[in-house]
Amino acid sequence: MSWLDIGAIDDIPLRGARVVKTALGCVAVFRTDDNEVFATSDRCPHKGGPLSEGIVHGRKVTCPLHNWVFSLESGEAQGADEGQIATFAAKVEQGRILLDGAALQARTAA
Amino acid sequence: MSKKHLVIIGAGMASGRALEHLLDANKDAYDVTLFNAEPRGNYNRIMLSPVLSGEKTYEEIVTHDADWYDANGVTCRFGESVVSIDREKKIVTGENGDVAYDKLLIASGSAPFIIPVPGKDLDGVIAYRDLEDTNTMITASAKPGAKAVVIGGGLLGLEAAAGLKARGMDVTVLHLMGHLMERQLDEAAGYLLRRALEDKGIEIKCQASTSAILGEDKVEAVLLDDKTVIPADLVVMAVGIRPETRLANDAGLSVERGITVNDQMVTSDPDILAVGECVEHRGALFGLVAPLYDQAKVVANTLLGEAAEFAPKEVATKLKVTGCDLFSAGDFAEGEGREDIVFRDPARGVYKRLVLEGNTLVGAVMYGDTADGNWFFGLIKDKTDISEMRETLIFGPAYQGGASVDPMAAVAALPLDAEICGCNGVCKGQIVDAIQAGATDLGAVRATTKASASCGTCTGLVEQVLASTLGDDFVMPAAEAVCGCTDLSHEDVRRLIKSKELKSQAAVWQELGWNTPNGCHVCRPAINYYLLADWPLEYQDDPQSRFVNERRHANIQKDGTYSVVPRMFGGMTTPDELRAIADAADKYNVPTVHVTGGQRIDLLGVRGEDLPAIWRDLNAAGMVSGHAYSKGLRTVKTCVGKDHCRFGTQDSSGLGVKLEKHLWGAWTPHKLKLGVSGCPRNCAEATCKDIGVVCVDSGYEISVAGAAGMDVKQTELLCKVTTEEEAMEVISAFTQLYRENGKYLDRIYKWVAKVGLDWCIAQVVDDLENRKALAERFEISQSVYRDDPWAKLATPEEAPKFAPMANLNLEAAE
Ligand code: SRM
Ligand SMILES: Cc1cc2nc3c(=O)[nH]c(=O)nc-3n(C[C@H](O)[C@H](O)[C@H](O)COP(=O)(O)OP(=O)(O)OC[C@H]3O[C@@H](n4cnc5c(N)ncnc54)[C@H](O)[C@@H]3O)c2cc1C
Ligand code: SF4
Ligand code: FES
Repeated sequence: MSWLDIGAIDDIPLRGARVVKTALGCVAVFRTDDNEVFATSDRCPHKGGPLSEGIVHGRKVTCPLHNWVFSLESGEAQGADEGQIATFAAKVEQGRILLDGAALQARTAA
Repeated sequence: MSKKHLVIIGAGMASGRALEHLLDANKDAYDVTLFNAEPRGNYNRIMLSPVLSGEKTYEEIVTHDADWYDANGVTCRFGESVVSIDREKKIVTGENGDVAYDKLLIASGSAPFIIPVPGKDLDGVIAYRDLEDTNTMITASAKPGAKAVVIGGGLLGLEAAAGLKARGMDVTVLHLMGHLMERQLDEAAGYLLRRALEDKGIEIKCQASTSAILGEDKVEAVLLDDKTVIPADLVVMAVGIRPETRLANDAGLSVERGITVNDQMVTSDPDILAVGECVEHRGALFGLVAPLYDQAKVVANTLLGEAAEFAPKEVATKLKVTGCDLFSAGDFAEGEGREDIVFRDPARGVYKRLVLEGNTLVGAVMYGDTADGNWFFGLIKDKTDISEMRETLIFGPAYQGGASVDPMAAVAALPLDAEICGCNGVCKGQIVDAIQAGATDLGAVRATTKASASCGTCTGLVEQVLASTLGDDFVMPAAEAVCGCTDLSHEDVRRLIKSKELKSQAAVWQELGWNTPNGCHVCRPAINYYLLADWPLEYQDDPQSRFVNERRHANIQKDGTYSVVPRMFGGMTTPDELRAIADAADKYNVPTVHVTGGQRIDLLGVRGEDLPAIWRDLNAAGMVSGHAYSKGLRTVKTCVGKDHCRFGTQDSSGLGVKLEKHLWGAWTPHKLKLGVSGCPRNCAEATCKDIGVVCVDSGYEISVAGAAGMDVKQTELLCKVTTEEEAMEVISAFTQLYRENGKYLDRIYKWVAKVGLDWCIAQVVDDLENRKALAERFEISQSVYRDDPWAKLATPEEAPKFAPMANLNLEAAE
C-alpha cells in the first residue's frame, strides 16, 4: 500500500465527514466519536445521496436523503435495506489522515 | 577470559527490569556501564503521580539504589547524556568521554511532545515526565492562589491535574477532544470521569484548542482558539509522547516512528539492542510498562544468547487518581459483528461496557466499580469462550455458575390454573384459551378476558403469556420509545432532562442508560433539540447531531445540490434585495428560481461548495438565512393590510415583520409557520398556520394549531387581544410553551391535540405571570439563537470546510 496524506484529523468534525476527490469519484472520509477514520464511496447506492452529509453514529452513517444506514467498516447497508458501498483503507498517524493511495489512484491514467 | 562490555543508554523502567533479569541469570556475562541523563538511577516513574499528590515520597519509589549498583558491579554515569554512537568503532560518546562496547542497549524512553504554539518556551511551561517536572509542580503549588493549566486530558494530564489540585492549586484541564481519555474510554465513561474530577473542583474544558501561551518572561495565561484567556502561573503540557530516537537516527539505525526492533529486540545493527518506549515493534509503539517488562525479559535472554521472542499482549489502563475508579482494556470501539453489553447504575455512578465479538470478549470499559476489571482482562487476553456465561457476564465472576433467572421460562412453566390478574381473577388457562381463539395482542386479551384491564401491574405477565404461547409470532410492544437506542419515550426523556438537570449529550446517554455510544440519526437530533431548548445558555448546539439541511443551512436536493432561500421578513422585499438575488442567481449559475408558497424566493441548484460565497453576497445586500430548512421559525406570511387594502383593519404586514424579526432563528420541535391577515377575508391564509393572527377592528384574534400539509385543519382560537404588544407577548409565550413541552417532530396541531387547547389557554392567556415568564425564557434563548447562521459559516475559517478536503486527481496530475 502507498499511504497518501490527505489532511489533519481535525479538519473533519467529530462525528462528521469530509469529501476527497479521487479518480474513482468522491470518497467520504468519516471521523467517529472514538476518533477513528473510515473512507467509503460518497455515493449512496439507493439514489446517489451524498453520504458525507449524513449523520455519523457509532461506526455507521445514515444517508441524508432517505435514511439508509451503512456500516463504515464493511460498507454494508444495515437493517432491511440491501446495498453496499465501497470502503477504502484509512488510518491516522500523528494526527494526519492517510488513505490507501494505490487503491484510489488506480485508474488515474484512464 | 575478559568479560564482554555492555553499555546501556538510559536508566528507566525498561532497562532497570532488563538489568535485573540479566544479572539474575548470569552475573558474570557482562561488565555493565549505565548512562542516564537524569542525575539518578532507576525509579518507578509511574509512581511520580503519588509523589506529586503527596501520597508518597521520592525515596519510596526508588527501585535501584547506590548499594544495588555497587553490589552488582554496574558502572554508573548518572547525570550524563550519551551524545553519539560510533557503530564502526563500537564506541559511545558521553558528555564526559567515550566507552567502548561489545553490546549496546538503547533504552532512552520517550520525550514529551510539546505543541508548537507561541510561548511554549516561557518559564513556567513544563512537561510531565521526570522528577524535575514533579518538583517544579510541587514548588509552584506552594504559592497561595496559584493557578495551573494542564493541556491534555489523557492519563498523564489528569494525574497531574489531580495532584496539583490536591496541593491546593486552581486547576483547569484543556482537552482537544470531545471527552477525556478518549483513547482509553468511551464517551460514557469519559463523562463520569469528568463529573468526578469536576466534583473535586477541577475545571475541565473539552474541545479546547490552545492557540498561544501568553506572558512576558514567564507564563501568565493561556489563549484558546475561541479567544478565551485563562490565567496561569504554571502550564503543564501532557499531550503525548514521542519515542526518543535521536541517537539511533544519527547512528543510521533503522528508525520509523521508534527504533525498529525484531522479535528478539535487536535493531538493524546486530550488536545494538533496544528496549522500552523508544522502540517500534511490528509497527506498534508502547506507552505503558506491562509490555516493556516483557521486552526486558526478552532483551536479557538475547544478550545471553538464549532464544526468546517478544509477543505483544493486550494492555489494560487504570488511572491513578484517588476517587476515580476506572479501568479499560482491549478494543472497545463499536463495530461490525460486535455487540455491546452495557450496565449502568446512574445512582451509584457505575458504568460498565463489555464488547463482544462472536463468543469472545474483546474489550471492557468500566467506571465506578472496577473490582472485576482484572477478571475481564483475563477473559480478553485468553480469548475465553464466554457463550455459556453470556447472560450474566456483566455481573462479574461472582455470578458465574449460579442458577440464572429467566422470566420467560418461569412464566412458561406456570400451571394453567395459576392466577395472572389478581384484580379480575383471571388465570393463565383463560388467557391461553383467549389467545388461541385469536386474541393475539394485549388489547385483544384485555378486551376478551379483562386481564390487566384494571390496575395494570400484571401487564408484563400477560405479555409473557402471550409471548410463550405465540412464540415468534408475538412482538413485545415497547412503550413508544424514542428509537432503538432507549426504552424511554420522548416525554420521559424531556422530563428527565429537566428534573435531573442533564446538560450535555453525554449526560443523557449515561444517566438515562442509552444502549448505544452516541445515539443514532433518530434520537440524536431530538436530544440535541431538547438540550438546547431547555438549557439555551449552558448547552452548545451540536451541528453533527443535525440533519444535513440544518448543518449546511440550505435544503439538500435530490442531486446533492442545495437550495438557498434568503429571508424576506413578512414577505416584504425591496428592489435592491431583488437585484442582489438576481445577481447571485447569475453569478452562481442557479438553474431554477422559484417563488415559494411562503412569500419569498428560492434559488435551487446551488453547488455545496458555493454556499458560503452566495451567502456572503446575500449578506452584503442585508439579507439573512430564511431557515427554509429548519425545525424552527420559517415564515410569517402577511397580506398588505390597512396601508393599502380598502378592507384592512390593522397593519398586518407591519405586525408580520415584527413577529418574524422577533421569532427568527428560534428552534422548535418541528417547523413553525405563522400568518397575519388584515381582515377576516384572510388573504394570508392565517387560519391554517401553526399560529395565525386575524386582524379585526377591535384588535387581534390569535388562533393556533392549524395545518395545511399532509393534514388540513383550521386553527382554533387561543385568545383575542387589543394591542400589538400583547399579541407579540402571547405569541412568544405560546411558542415557548411549545418549545418546552412539544415532542420532537410534532407540529403544533399534533402537540395541542395531546396537551389540550384548554391547558394552553390556562398557561398563556389566563396566567399572566406565567405568560411573562415564558416570554422571558423565550427571549433568553433568542439572545443566543437570533443570529444569522450564514454569516457565521461564510467566514474565512468556516467556508473552506464546505469544499473537499483534498483532490487526489490534481495531485496525481501534478
Ligand atoms: C420551497 C417550498 C415549495 C415552493 O417552492 O413553494 C417547499 C419545499 C419543500 N417542502 Fe414544503 N415547501 C414550501 C411551502 C410549504 C407549505 C406552504 C406554506 O408554507 O405556506 C406547506 C403547507 C403548510 C405546512 O407547513 O404544513 C408545506 C408543507 C410541507 C410538508 C408537510 C408538513 C406537514 O406537517 O404536513 C413537508 C414535509 C415535512 O416537513 O415533513 C414539506 C417539506 C418540504 C421540503 C423541505 C422537502 C424536503 O425535506 O426536502 C421541500 C424542500 C424543497 C427544496 O429543496 O427547496 N413541506 N410546504 C415552499 C417553501 C416555503 C418557504 O418560503 O419557506
Ligand atoms: C507521571 C507518569 C505516570 C505514568 N503512569 C503509568 C501507569 O500508571 N502505568 C503504566 O503502565 N505506565 C505509566 N507511565 C508510563 C511509564 O512510566 C513508561 O512507559 C516507562 O517509564 C517507560 O520506560 P522506559 O525505560 O522505556 O523509559 P523511561 O522510564 O522514560 O527511561 C528512559 C531514561 O533514559 C534517559 N535517557 C534518554 N536519552 C538519553 C541519553 N541520550 N543519554 C542518557 N540517558 C538518556 C532518560 O533521562 C530516562 O531517564 C507513566 C509515566 C509518567 C511520566
Ligand atoms: S409538495 Fe412535495 S414535491 Fe413539492 S416541494 Fe413540497 S415536498 Fe417537494
Ligand atoms: S439516496 Fe441514500 S437513502 Fe436514498
